[in-house]
Amino acid sequence: MTEEQLAASAPAAVRGRETPARRHGHLRQLTKRDVLTLSLMAGIPTLIQLCLVWLPTLFSIGLSFVRWNGLAFGDMRPAGLDNYRFVFTDYTPFWPAVTHNILWLLFLGVIGTPLGLLLAVLLDSRIRFTRIYQSIFFTPVMLSLALIGIIWQLFYSRDNGLLNFLLGTSGTPHAVDWLGDSSVNIWAAMIAATWRHAGYVMILYLAGLKGVDPTLREAAAIDGANGPQTFFRVVFPAMKPTNIIIVVITIIESLRAFDIVYVINKGTNGLELLSALVIQNLVGEGQVIGVGSALAVVLLVISLVPIVFYLTRTFRSQEDE
Amino acid sequence: MTVTETAAMQLGRAEALRLTGRRPHRKGRWGTLLFLTVMALAWLLPLLWTLYTSLRPKSATDKYGYFSIHGPINFQNFADAWNQGGFARYFGNSLIITVPSVVLTLFFASMMAFAVSRFRWRFNVTLLIMFTAGNLLPPQVLAAPLFELFKHITLPYTVSDSGSLLNTYWSVIAVNTAFQIGFCTFVLSNFMKAISPELTEAARVDGASVWRQYWSIIMPLTRPALAALGTLEVIFIYNDFFWPLIFIQSGDRLPVTTAINNLQGQFLSNYNLLAAGATITVIPTLVIYLVLQRQFVSGLTLGASKG
Repeated sequence: MTEEQLAASAPAAVRGRETPARRHGHLRQLTKRDVLTLSLMAGIPTLIQLCLVWLPTLFSIGLSFVRWNGLAFGDMRPAGLDNYRFVFTDYTPFWPAVTHNILWLLFLGVIGTPLGLLLAVLLDSRIRFTRIYQSIFFTPVMLSLALIGIIWQLFYSRDNGLLNFLLGTSGTPHAVDWLGDSSVNIWAAMIAATWRHAGYVMILYLAGLKGVDPTLREAAAIDGANGPQTFFRVVFPAMKPTNIIIVVITIIESLRAFDIVYVINKGTNGLELLSALVIQNLVGEGQVIGVGSALAVVLLVISLVPIVFYLTRTFRSQEDE
Repeated sequence: MTVTETAAMQLGRAEALRLTGRRPHRKGRWGTLLFLTVMALAWLLPLLWTLYTSLRPKSATDKYGYFSIHGPINFQNFADAWNQGGFARYFGNSLIITVPSVVLTLFFASMMAFAVSRFRWRFNVTLLIMFTAGNLLPPQVLAAPLFELFKHITLPYTVSDSGSLLNTYWSVIAVNTAFQIGFCTFVLSNFMKAISPELTEAARVDGASVWRQYWSIIMPLTRPALAALGTLEVIFIYNDFFWPLIFIQSGDRLPVTTAINNLQGQFLSNYNLLAAGATITVIPTLVIYLVLQRQFVSGLTLGASKG
């Protein structure tokens, strides 16, 4: 537990007892005007959140059961499960997109996140120039994913890209079109995504490592544990809150992945992702809102798994209070 | 702990340090340094390549190829990209969208956080869960209904030339605000919980209204968190590509992050200009990062370490 967390949870513990502070926190003891102020303070943000986030989510589910061109509301026709049937059986990009999303998750989970952790561990030990290294690895985190798509296009380009030059294939027939060749472009895009993701994970773990009680390491050292043993058996488990958030971030990032592939080719030709398919069906020429919404619901259902996992982990302690 | 125990522990520590051995550690250190240096260079490669390409005139790269060190180095591409791409306009749009979004987000989130963290009421945790979950949804899930909603909200043509909320800055500001409120509420409520209840209690006894407790007591104490979140949100919203892509149809109203995708088509055959354009869009984030580095990093980790 970090110091900040200790600080944050301490008043909660105090409030748990029947102290005067707690009783005064009850709404009953407020004047009418204060109750009104408080209702507005909580009510307006809640209304915004309901109208612009949660109701649209429900509408998305509703729209997935209709056939509609998006013009007049009167043109809406019930479609039952037709949109889903179409998506699962006849819509050719669907299963490649699911595969790519899973691949994206595995790639970030097996390479991106552990790399970020490794960088954090190495930079946390007293090493020279650690600030400079941190800044370098952190730079991509500040860039938008759209811009990362563009920067890596310059790097991956078949004729003028740096990568083909470094591999010595530039200008030869062996030059790989890293983003145009549908058998390799998903890997190229995932490497670009990792470039940003690892830096993000590094920063979070650097903060997590600073929060680990140093006496834990000392105790482990006294017990004769070596470096890796100390890390895997003592330090890593002690960072549980950070670990949870990083698992969630990794899953959510791979479900949200959109900007990079959209900038490269709008998510087609080997770069299909669920998020990109949703948008292709909503903005393209033939607006097929029903199909786009069915895809959105699939994405929603998958996303709810890490979201619920995270929320139960985070709020269980608060609800017990 | 008695003195002897402390001494014993320290002895033990020294012993342990001696046993684990200094030497392999030092050898490992060179390996670590080498690994980090190689990684850092690999990390910088795409950036340096972009920067280098942007500094070379097209004529030079046409003549010598992109992988060469010949030819002049200058900032002409930046001037050209700025003028041909219309960056002044896009940066203006980014500013028009980012500033109100961040201010509104922090304002609403701090009110919400105050209400749920300083007072106990029944739906406290439920609301906080709803807010946090909302921030984690993939935005693509909400795109269709929001688009249709904004399309069917009719506005007078004096307010919006599309006759609806589509193609307005307001659509992007509203959705960005709604989407970011969740995260900020979560972080701020954790922060506010840590502020001693006695402070507002004393003010209440002195007859301070709820609004006064919020605005004059809690908000000034929350300033570090607000600074960190503000910095983070400026970068988040400046970097947002998706919402303008969906809601804004006129190219000249796009913020710079979304507009750069169109420049790709415009500068298609000219990598030098594209590289210069890409570099230009990084400059604001870079400036913010260099000036407010501490705020930015603490903002990023604030949400995580409290998880």
